[in-house]
Amino acid sequence: MAIPANQITNVNPSPLNRLESAYLPEIFKGFGTTMRHFFTSFGQGPTSRTMQYPEERRENLPVEEGGINASNFRGVHRLNRDEDGRVRCVACMMCPTICPARCIHIEAAEAPWDDREKYPKKFEIDELRCIFCGMCEEACPVDAIELTTEYDIVGLSRQEMVFDKEKLLHIHDLTIGKKPM
Amino acid sequence: MPYTLRPEDGLTVDADSARYVAGHVDTGDRWVLNFGPQHPATHTTLRLVLELDGERVARCTPHIGYLHSGFEKLGEHLDFNQYVTIVSRMDYLSPIHNDITWHLAVERLFGIDITPRCKVLRTIMNELGRIQNHLLCVAAAGLDLGALTGFLYGFNPREKIYDIMDFISGQRFHPDWTRVGGLMQDLPDEQTFKRMVKNLIREDLPVALRDIEGLLNRNRIFVDRTQGIGVISREEAINWSLSGPCARASGVARDLRKDMPYLCYQDNWDGQGAGAVGFNVAVATDGDTLCRYLVRLEEIKQSIGIIEQLIDAIPQGPVDTFADSKVVKPDKKDVYGSIEGLIQHFELIMSNRGWKAPVAEAYGWNEGPNGEQGFYIVSDGGPRAWRVKTRPACFINYQVMQKLTEGHMLADIVAILGSINVVAAELDR
Ligand code: SF4
Ligand code: SF4
Repeated sequence: MAIPANQITNVNPSPLNRLESAYLPEIFKGFGTTMRHFFTSFGQGPTSRTMQYPEERRENLPVEEGGINASNFRGVHRLNRDEDGRVRCVACMMCPTICPARCIHIEAAEAPWDDREKYPKKFEIDELRCIFCGMCEEACPVDAIELTTEYDIVGLSRQEMVFDKEKLLHIHDLTIGKKPM
Repeated sequence: MPYTLRPEDGLTVDADSARYVAGHVDTGDRWVLNFGPQHPATHTTLRLVLELDGERVARCTPHIGYLHSGFEKLGEHLDFNQYVTIVSRMDYLSPIHNDITWHLAVERLFGIDITPRCKVLRTIMNELGRIQNHLLCVAAAGLDLGALTGFLYGFNPREKIYDIMDFISGQRFHPDWTRVGGLMQDLPDEQTFKRMVKNLIREDLPVALRDIEGLLNRNRIFVDRTQGIGVISREEAINWSLSGPCARASGVARDLRKDMPYLCYQDNWDGQGAGAVGFNVAVATDGDTLCRYLVRLEEIKQSIGIIEQLIDAIPQGPVDTFADSKVVKPDKKDVYGSIEGLIQHFELIMSNRGWKAPVAEAYGWNEGPNGEQGFYIVSDGGPRAWRVKTRPACFINYQVMQKLTEGHMLADIVAILGSINVVAAELDR
């Protein structure tokens, strides 16, 4: 099906006129643009886009100025605790199944509590393999695993970046204030 | 079937019969230069083996495969939702585009018609993705010729687009935003989203475009360096099956959004007689680097127009299609609250149940920023595709690289490469 002519915009370049091909006037106009940017962005001016990280952090800014939206930001994981401070996870194995990066490793065991059958004896997430897609959070039927607003995690070795259950629960304690469950 | 590796006569790219050789004294000291694979000017991991005659390119042989990551194979191991995380990483200049294309293909396979709200949101993000990609390309057009300033002006609004992606999906770079029959989630806050998009298209983009155009369009150095460089004629563009801005710059007025419409580019997309979004297709005739730049610039403006038409008309209603609840996960409220919801949720996630895909083949297409982007899915009825084939725009467009560069100066290679806008991750998959 041919596209009708009235829906076509022709953008062929027109030849440069004499003034433009003299080069200098255009180059001064260009300098004008550059200088305007220079003066309006000088020292954090209105057009400056620099964020003074780490003094200024994204989570402290409103979304429209480049801040993060805590409700869906996909940072490092946490394992939520229930009212009694126990791990919420029931070791249903949905998150390791959905994980496209195959980076969640769970060892389930008989739960020591009466209200559920299983709990994770071992729960490890390899944060180096993880692609932070958020599918584990989507899959969890009991809101046990969640992605938080923390994005600047570091480790000195690979092993350190494999987060175990204690560490993930600790992240819950750290971030529960910033992102309620 | 007998076939030859070289195209028919008339399309030969043999250096010895190249146009420029006639009347040119061959100094007889050809030398070979390896351009890439790790070279900042190749944008990504590309390698060109250049046979040079002085500073003139006698033959340019692109070597591909340096960034091969087995993306297509992974499509056979991840289910229809999981694979979106992989396609996001293909054309990483506009990741959201890949997401949308992939799920258009999957929905075609399943025969799902998505909700009007989902269509509008996807169209808006599709166009934002196009702007994102074109902005990099037009801004880098100057950079490739040594003019860094315009590049930075193009990156300012790109940053805002990333903020929008971050807001709706939670990740700046790889949104992984679509799901079969819907989206990962509805907009977190519709008013904020509208404000952010309007701010971008009404304030940031016009300023950035004005600055880039002011710096480059009538600048004699830029025009001299791009006009007549890397020319491909209309006929050759068709023969080499170019698509997207590369074809349109040669005068091929084709655009999948008009030719085979989908989403909101289609008439009656909401089932109640809404008209297709209006926009013009930018076409130029010379087929050189300058025309490709101008076509992209115009397409950004057309995309702004499309978003303007849709941003105040986002229909209310669900974003997920529940009509066939075999593929869409139930709402979290239902999962926590009802046993049916929980069971259905469970079945959709555990890989040995749910997901009864039809035994069929489907092709889903989308007019990507660089040309036709598509996915061809062969399904054997299981939870995953049996085979996924990508139709990457870059891979097809990159074929003409040899032809475009023949006879040009070494410094023009970068400009030509930038104007086809090859993304190695998509090229090599
Ligand atoms: S965020 Fe994605 S990749 Fe990371 S653990 Fe969850 S499902 Fe796996
Ligand atoms: S999906 Fe939730 S409950 Fe199930 S194993 Fe993962 S964290 Fe535990």
